[in-house]
Amino acid sequence: MSHQHLSPLRVPLVSEARSLGQLTEEICAPMERPATWRWWAAFAVAVSILGTGAGIVAYQVGTGIGVWGLNKTVGWAFDITNFVFWVGIGHAGTLISAILFLFRQKWRTSINRAAEAMTLFAVLCAALFPVIHMGRPWLAFWVLPYPNDRGSLWVNFRSPLLWDVFAISTYFTVSAVFWYVGLIPDLATVRDRAKAGLRKAVFKVLSLGWTGSHRTWSRYETVYLLLAGLATPLVLSVHTIVSMDFATSVIPGWHTTIFPPYFVAGAVFSGFAMVLTLMIITRVVLGYEHLITIRHLENMTKVIIVTGGIVSLAYGTEVFIAWYSGNSYERFAFMNRAFGPYAWAYWIMVTCNVVSPHLFWFKRIRTSPAAIFVLSLVINVGMWFERFVIIVTSLHRDFLPSSWSMYTPTMVEVGTFIGTFGLFFTLFLLFVRVLPIISIGEVKSVLGFARGGHGEAPTAGARKPVETGPESLPTAEPARVLATRKDVTV
Amino acid sequence: MSAPVLVGYFDSEEKVVHATRALREAGYALHDVYTPYAVHGLDEAMGLRSSRLTWVCFGAGLLGGSLALALELYTSVVSWPLNVGGKPFNSFPAFVPVAFELTVLFAALITVGSFLARVKLFPGNRRVALPRVTDDRFAIALEPPAEAAAAEELLRQHGAVETARMEVAS
Repeated sequence: MSHQHLSPLRVPLVSEARSLGQLTEEICAPMERPATWRWWAAFAVAVSILGTGAGIVAYQVGTGIGVWGLNKTVGWAFDITNFVFWVGIGHAGTLISAILFLFRQKWRTSINRAAEAMTLFAVLCAALFPVIHMGRPWLAFWVLPYPNDRGSLWVNFRSPLLWDVFAISTYFTVSAVFWYVGLIPDLATVRDRAKAGLRKAVFKVLSLGWTGSHRTWSRYETVYLLLAGLATPLVLSVHTIVSMDFATSVIPGWHTTIFPPYFVAGAVFSGFAMVLTLMIITRVVLGYEHLITIRHLENMTKVIIVTGGIVSLAYGTEVFIAWYSGNSYERFAFMNRAFGPYAWAYWIMVTCNVVSPHLFWFKRIRTSPAAIFVLSLVINVGMWFERFVIIVTSLHRDFLPSSWSMYTPTMVEVGTFIGTFGLFFTLFLLFVRVLPIISIGEVKSVLGFARGGHGEAPTAGARKPVETGPESLPTAEPARVLATRKDVTV
Repeated sequence: MSAPVLVGYFDSEEKVVHATRALREAGYALHDVYTPYAVHGLDEAMGLRSSRLTWVCFGAGLLGGSLALALELYTSVVSWPLNVGGKPFNSFPAFVPVAFELTVLFAALITVGSFLARVKLFPGNRRVALPRVTDDRFAIALEPPAEAAAAEELLRQHGAVETARMEVAS
């Protein structure tokens, strides 16, 4: 048994004393009770936005992408901005579930499930944009290398856009597998709680016959560790490859070696902001303030301070190199960004991404959910503008002044973007209803974290006995479960 | 699964680890231990060897990477060599990203597949978990011991709240 001496200064991860059984009930409750009117209201709004978005997409697929505001100079704007934005949002999920797992950060247990779900939904939203951008999405399979009847014409493996195809599809697949493997034990818990009926049948299939056998757990832990180890370089590679869509070109403002680390940091920055946005709502609506504690929120804001710092440094470096390189095109691109016709977007970006994260240095702001919520939205807006600035300001004034032009998105582009929010929130709301949004098995293992042995036993009321079939077992006093833990297994 | 196993139920992680170690030292054959979450230290108490899935993962990654590079070489150099700006056909650095992604994809999918096959988890599985072990109960299942009463006594000494004899699928 790994005994770890914990400093008394450590704060318990679950702020209120709970027994194992109480925890199961609390986490399963939202999916076992009927939906509240608030959920229905939120769902109705999300679905109508999704429906509108789907209608707009149908219109543009039917009409052609001429309905977008693109022109000969700016041939790549809103769609790629939104693609990079959504892929970036997804990154925090994998970061929380894989990188923090490898770093033995126990606080991830309360938020990893929801963050991973967020990753999947965000990557789905992201993947829509390149597909729609094709104009003829039914030919999307052309991006796959398969023997075809066009004279053995293959895909071009030297193209970053093809790397994207492999990166995004691998990322989605591995994230989905990682998420599902993490879910299996909890699916079994839900299965065993369900009374006979549809729910029981569905969860019986999904839980694959999980019995909680430790021989299985032991291998499961190995697999989980391996998946975390695989997902960690994967998540870094995905945004690196996305940044290469730009960095391998010769456009001033895109042709930058700093892009890969800068994009990864930016992705984590925006992703954590999105996790915070969702978690702050979720913990209040579902009453999980003791599971997703202020400390969880605080830790995420600290990650935001760091990644925000990296992003700021990258902005500074880009400007410095533009001046220091002596390349007049490069210098012009950056002067144009800061003082050209899109200067407003640049300064929104700087205000939101460089200035606002520094407010998190103040403990009072870092521990106030309302302040964090507002700042997380600000950061999301800022990161969206970052992608917009990189893409549009670099393209609209290129080498030849005769080809300069301006770009304004049309309602179709804006509608598609808003529509993806409908998709994202529809999926998230469904997820909250049908699956345990907190990893039951993992939170149980950190219940005793930094909790003293004696005298501090939980005093929460006894839970009601659970039907146990033919073998009726005496119900454990909830207090004993934690009280008997002298040391804490970490 | 001819003879029913002896199951002892516990209500804490610590007791189950101690009891497992004690039973194994007393010479009883462990069928399995069932827990609601991964209890660290139980591997050692049960005397489980570390999993060989890491090797599966390594081999699968190697396979994925090799297949990806082979595909890229075949399509870009052998089957359809395309001269783009005088760049070499075998532009190895440009092949790395796809090879990397497929390494990860193969490693992840094959590892998870092997895991599910090894522990016999699949949709349609009819195994049923012991009562409450997926909730808040820990259980030790012993292979049918000759001295069932003594084993039961030992389980109780180590804090078992209940014992039962039953058939379980492993």
